[in-house]
Amino acid sequence: MTELFGIFLLTLLVITAVAVVRAQNLFVAVMLMGIASLLIAVNFFLLDAADVALTEAAVGAGISTVLFLSALALTVDREKAPKTKVGLAIAVTVVAGLVIFYATLGEPRFGDPNSPVQTHVGPWYLEKTPELVDIPNVVTAVLGSYRGYDTLGEVFVVFTAGIGVLFLLGHGRVRRSLEEETRQNEGLRHYLIPRVIGQLLIPFIILFGLYVQFHGEYGPGGGFQAGAIIAAGMILYALLEGEKHALTVIPQKVLLGMMAGGALLYTTVGIAGMLMGGNFLDYSVLNDNPVIGQQTGIILIEAGVGITVTGTLLAIFHAFAARGD
Amino acid sequence: MDILGLFNYWVFAILLMIGFYAVLAKKNLVKKLIGLALFQSAVFLLYITVGKVEGGTAPIFSATAEGDLFSNPLPQVLILTAIVVGISVTALGLGIVVRIKEEYGSIEEDEILEMDQQ
Repeated sequence: MTELFGIFLLTLLVITAVAVVRAQNLFVAVMLMGIASLLIAVNFFLLDAADVALTEAAVGAGISTVLFLSALALTVDREKAPKTKVGLAIAVTVVAGLVIFYATLGEPRFGDPNSPVQTHVGPWYLEKTPELVDIPNVVTAVLGSYRGYDTLGEVFVVFTAGIGVLFLLGHGRVRRSLEEETRQNEGLRHYLIPRVIGQLLIPFIILFGLYVQFHGEYGPGGGFQAGAIIAAGMILYALLEGEKHALTVIPQKVLLGMMAGGALLYTTVGIAGMLMGGNFLDYSVLNDNPVIGQQTGIILIEAGVGITVTGTLLAIFHAFAARGD
Repeated sequence: MDILGLFNYWVFAILLMIGFYAVLAKKNLVKKLIGLALFQSAVFLLYITVGKVEGGTAPIFSATAEGDLFSNPLPQVLILTAIVVGISVTALGLGIVVRIKEEYGSIEEDEILEMDQQ
């Protein structure tokens, strides 16, 4: 039954993707992308990836849609009809698609427990986590501890992208009329229904974000998801109450501090491990009991990840929103 | 079920090619970024599919899930971080598109190339 549901969702996903590429109106394309993200998130859930589903729903359907819409507000909302021929592009994609299709015939069947992926390091993580780290969510254990270097790298990629967007859009020319300024500062305040619903939802979105952050060791969640959810809550606030109010709640300086501070916290935990006689990002030495040391380390670095992701996503949003055309 | 055993991979291939086509054939820069996002989603789907074990459950231990079969946590970790990096890359791309629009007044690739040649 689950398989059938999965096949149905994936078919729907392909149809949505075709509609996204065909849509001439870019607003339509962006909204359809949001639907595609939600479909793929449900699919991840069916494929046992609860953490990934949570991230995709928050990032793909939430933040990504908002960023695309703010970019469209600054550019154009319609794609021009193509003048050139697309025959070559179609030929290339069809040939490449057929090659991949041929390659899939040699892939292990869906859910095969004896495929190479399942017989490599995966079982080791599942077997050793209760003994070495002793937290229920193996995904968080792998993310925070076993592959801590990798995650540190990802945090710095997010941080760098944030800096890049701020350099491109941050303090450039902001030309806009007084009228436009007022409109942006008022947000959607004249619209009663979004405002009332928003005021009801925002505290719970942020509370849920904090729950996802601090419960990440026991259930699906962690810094990446929590950061995206909290940022989505604050972006909703900014849309409803206007830019100015949102920047009063969390000023730009605090956002910049969060961007750098989270990454710094992560690195500090790594260096603390070195100073206490272990390797970089080895949390076992943080406490006399190595298991408790691991848990402390994971909670701290997850906090760092959450802070950087929230700060960066909000700073990026404000950089787009503050720019008038 | 043997043919359907490859269905997820086929969806991956189709999705990948839809994204690739948008990047190749569309001249609008925002549309190209949307294509890139689709391409990324296809890769995510491939990884998560590969990690799935028949009859398995999410890799989170609990009192009730004693002795259960778990799906592979490693591909999930890789994709979890990749999604957040993906949105950062998209944001950077959109930032560049906005600046291009401000400098050239257009976000159509062929028009921009024409202006550059003059």
